[in-house]
Amino acid sequence: MIVVTVGTQLPFDRLVHSVDRWAAEHPDVEIVAQTGHASERPHHFRSEPFFGRHQLDALMAQSSLIVAHAGIGTILRALELQVPIIVMPRRAALGEHRNDHQLASAERLGARGLVEVADDEHALHRLLDRRDELSASRRVLEPPVELIEAIRRFVDAPPVSDSSGSTRHARFGR
Amino acid sequence: MSVDRGQRVLAVASAGGHLSQLEAVLPAFESQTVTLVTTDPDPDPRTPVERVFVVTDANLDTKARLIRTALQVLIVVLRVRPGIVVSTGAAPGFFAVVFGSMIGARTIWLDSIANVEEMSVSGRRVRRHADMWLTQWPHLAHPDGPAFEGSVL
Repeated sequence: MIVVTVGTQLPFDRLVHSVDRWAAEHPDVEIVAQTGHASERPHHFRSEPFFGRHQLDALMAQSSLIVAHAGIGTILRALELQVPIIVMPRRAALGEHRNDHQLASAERLGARGLVEVADDEHALHRLLDRRDELSASRRVLEPPVELIEAIRRFVDAPPVSDSSGSTRHARFGR
Repeated sequence: MSVDRGQRVLAVASAGGHLSQLEAVLPAFESQTVTLVTTDPDPDPRTPVERVFVVTDANLDTKARLIRTALQVLIVVLRVRPGIVVSTGAAPGFFAVVFGSMIGARTIWLDSIANVEEMSVSGRRVRRHADMWLTQWPHLAHPDGPAFEGSVL
């Protein structure tokens, strides 16, 4: 089963309709969608504007693939559930979001192999065609070496006196 | 009887996502002695720590519990007297960084990766008390801070 979700804040008709057009060609694939207040309900799979929070979570846990807007909450949940996720980032220019942070976060997480990114309907259909392959692949979470190293450098650095240009204010006990 | 290795580090995180992100960076402190403070009643950190303190969970909507959390964290800070405090949030971590900096510890704030639109409220408020003030998203970094040094994902 594929679960589609657009998040709880705004509809995302471009994503829903892209999936609908693919579903028309694949009637054998079970799809359930949370669409928000979409302008037009999809024709080829079950959809609701909203599910109860636990209900959607349960559906996601049972799914073999999640297709979603690039919302960080949805992405983190998919990673926790270890269900592969295809994201389509919302674009500010299309009125889908107030900024392009979803583009930035999707690109970064996509580059790390944690999500598949579909910028448009064509890319989404190609990824959906590869759904069995995506479901079978395992995302390996590498340790965050650059972050660990940066913190380690800070920890190992010798203490610096307050007069050396630190922007912090005076503290008690110093 | 345990012997302190390196510096005393107080690592503080609320249960759930904050704690798993803190655990992901604990290897940075492997030469130090780490005390974990969390709201998770049964934490099981992958990286071994010297000691664990459990404190009450609280947020801005639970003012009375926030005071209790602040007191619990203050007591831990005074008992442990860390040279370094590190936190991924949320409220207990905020208090640990503030109190830690007051007793002369060097402090690290790593804002949760969930905060992709803007830094968390605690993260913004802790700015003046954090020696290392970090976001996990490059687009939120700024010359005046927060800095981006990588992310847990």
